Amino acid sequence: MKMNPIVREVSNLVIPPILLFALYVQFHGDFGPGGGFQAGVIFAAAIILHTLVYGLESTQKLFNPMVMRFFVSLGLLIYIGVGVVCMFKGGLFLDYNVLTESHGAHNVHGQELGILLVELGVGITVAAVMITIFYSLCSRRVRGKAE
Amino acid sequence: MIVFIDIVLLTLLVATAISLVRLRNLIATIMLAGIFSLLSACLFMTMDAVDVAFTEAAVGAGLTTVLMLGALVLIGREEKVPGKGSALPLVVVLITGFVLIYGTMDMPYFGSPDAPIHQHLVDRYVEKSGGPDGEVGPPNVVTSVLASYRGYDTMGEVAVIFTAAVSVMLLLGVGFATKREDAS
Repeated sequence: MKMNPIVREVSNLVIPPILLFALYVQFHGDFGPGGGFQAGVIFAAAIILHTLVYGLESTQKLFNPMVMRFFVSLGLLIYIGVGVVCMFKGGLFLDYNVLTESHGAHNVHGQELGILLVELGVGITVAAVMITIFYSLCSRRVRGKAE
Repeated sequence: MIVFIDIVLLTLLVATAISLVRLRNLIATIMLAGIFSLLSACLFMTMDAVDVAFTEAAVGAGLTTVLMLGALVLIGREEKVPGKGSALPLVVVLITGFVLIYGTMDMPYFGSPDAPIHQHLVDRYVEKSGGPDGEVGPPNVVTSVLASYRGYDTMGEVAVIFTAAVSVMLLLGVGFATKREDAS
């Protein structure tokens, strides 16, 4: 799909900042508004913009649907995995206090590590899910046209 | 000033909702739904719920609109004109609406210090969650609640999204635009 050059150039200009902003929202969620959900959605929005401008095939060379399908489950597995690791380390499910060695009554470092990993899992799953759903909707149209 | 902004936003919300109900063109409907989400996000901002507003703007106004447009390509642009139905749906809607409004009568006013949630929960989250000696650590209380205090709930939400993706993949396929499709 060859788009209007203005649309193409503007997209080239904004897609990298959108991806960067997604990462900022992801890892700055502890300090400001944001977190895994929003970051995942913003990341997916950049990919969807790329799909709209360059077409499904060229985007799928970068973000393969099968890999996305893998990431859909990977995020949830990271989340549950953190919980299970907490159980193996002697705490309760998703009790981040036991993740690192405790230095006081409340283990802030363990909590930070837990939250970072959990939010990462959320972000990966949300981004992959949104991209996957968009791929599914788009590919139907392509198939319909081919027939 | 806040009251004025609230009145303007709520008026726009109601106007958007009414035109949403009346329109039959689905593209316009989707666009108006996006505007509705954006107005809701502004309303959340005036309530200082920044995280919720962020999510609403990104998901409701941004991504959902694109996904809906993608679905629209598959189903056509015009809504079917419904035949003369019975009055039953209207009665059901009116009764449900009345019950919902009646249910809000008992709820505490917005920001009321007497609300049950402000008696024991919020105080603890605000005072004890943050800081190097806090229970969780991050300065953003919302993140503490979401990822640590209420970790189970968030896990459930991620599982819901996961299920949504699996359902879409089962119904519509994984989404290849491969040359295999063209060759066949």
